[in-house]
Amino acid sequence: MDVVLSLTQTALELGLISALTVLALFLSYSMLNVCDLSTDGCFTLGAAVGAVVAISGHPYLAIVAAMIAGMLSGLITAFLQTKMGVDSLLAGIVVNTALYSINIAVMGNSSLLNMNKTETVFTKMQALLKGTFLESQYKMVVIVIALVLVIVFLSLFLETRLGLAIRATGNNPAMVKSSSINTVFTTIVGLVIANAFTALSGCLLAQSQKSVNIDIGTGMVTIALASLLIGNTFFAKSSIPVRAIGVLRFNMPAYMLKLVSAVIVVISISGPYLKSKASLVKRNYALNKKEGN
Amino acid sequence: MLKLTDVSKTFNPGTINAKTAMSHLSLNVEDGDFITIIGSNGAGKSTLFNAISGVFFTDEGRIELDGRDITLMPEYKRSRKIGRLFQDPMLGSAPGMTVEENLALAAGSGTWLSRVSKKEKKHFREKLALLDMGLEDRMKQPVGLLSGGQRQALTLMMATINPPKLLLLDEHTAALDPATAEKVLKITKDVVNDEHITCMMITHNLESALAFGNRTLMMDKGSIIFDVSGEERAGLTTDDLLQAFKREAGHILDNDRILLKED
Repeated sequence: MDVVLSLTQTALELGLISALTVLALFLSYSMLNVCDLSTDGCFTLGAAVGAVVAISGHPYLAIVAAMIAGMLSGLITAFLQTKMGVDSLLAGIVVNTALYSINIAVMGNSSLLNMNKTETVFTKMQALLKGTFLESQYKMVVIVIALVLVIVFLSLFLETRLGLAIRATGNNPAMVKSSSINTVFTTIVGLVIANAFTALSGCLLAQSQKSVNIDIGTGMVTIALASLLIGNTFFAKSSIPVRAIGVLRFNMPAYMLKLVSAVIVVISISGPYLKSKASLVKRNYALNKKEGN
Repeated sequence: MLKLTDVSKTFNPGTINAKTAMSHLSLNVEDGDFITIIGSNGAGKSTLFNAISGVFFTDEGRIELDGRDITLMPEYKRSRKIGRLFQDPMLGSAPGMTVEENLALAAGSGTWLSRVSKKEKKHFREKLALLDMGLEDRMKQPVGLLSGGQRQALTLMMATINPPKLLLLDEHTAALDPATAEKVLKITKDVVNDEHITCMMITHNLESALAFGNRTLMMDKGSIIFDVSGEERAGLTTDDLLQAFKREAGHILDNDRILLKED
């Protein structure tokens, strides 16, 4: 029983940390309509930068540093696609590739960093909660605080004029231009914020599992997209805060996760397409039958 | 207030698909003018609007608005002074956002981080009520749920909520049913009069080309071939327009959507 409980708890913690990346994609993919393929690299970047700063003895600064690193990465992706004429998918892939080298450099020419004896936001929280009923849930407390902050920020932000402009940029760019808003600006701001959350997500995962390796972010974009699409299916008609919560619920870390996620992404994207095809095939069949062929 | 001098634009220059959409076109629009524009298919009417609003930059020539050279000004900056409506009602608003959010974006008041105030919402509601389309009760609904006519009326409101210097209407009622089209045209007329907006309207309806505004242009092959205003225009009939077109262009007006009369 204990094993099951502790497994569930770990799964939930991991899932909720990844949920931050899902929220990032909620902003870039659902709102801004940009599929940001630099997510994997940016996640690792957040983990690496956060780990290095934490190891040097600044667990809180680690979070800030990771987010700033993420913002820079987002800025470069956005700059490539809005100012340098690079296709948005390609811009993400290129940045993702470049980040591989940068991440290894950040980790000091190593592909693995160990934080067993490092003070992290989690160990800080553990010390803080010692003796209270939440003692064993210290990880969860940190993660939930981060999530709540991000969700509150997003819900407020998306209702501001800038937030509206970012949503409209993904919805109808022509209309945004005719409202005298520069779509280059809205795209850059959107990607910068989204990547800050992706990096935060990576930073928290590294601190919680007390290690970083260069593969920590591999497949994150597919996993996050899968969560996002499932969340959308269930909560698409709800208001923004509810949708933001919806994306959190369906993370399920296990070693099959990446395969399952890939399948989910394919099904939810190609499902509607195949459905329309199927009805055509059916009609064709019915027609042929009627004519006695 | 708007002055185009010798403006030219060729698409795909130097290729077999090269198409001269505007050739050495000059036009002077006076403050308060309401100009109607007619022309055959591919005459360059929409290209003219695209050039004025900055969708592309012209190859040659100079465009001035209010005494300021805007030839190389990007589209989003020009749109502070130029409002525009398209034939397709889907183009002017964001379908996934609510009526209120669309209006807030168009109004663009406050700083980047400000939210829509109660006062603004009330103002939007009052303005929407004037359209008499029941939109004031659907402020929280996504624009994608509205009908074409409702969306076009909303777009018109969005384009004029901060009255622009110049309003460009590109067959903005062509995709609507006759009754709705008439309603949107009436709203257009009222807004343009009330806010004293200079306006250019492309139409395929010869009758409204004469019924609206104070000046009528005919375009063919990227040039303005006929320009009539004042008393001369007051005496014109739709037949006169057709004949004038044939005389100036050397061929008949071949617009597949042209309407000789109100339907």
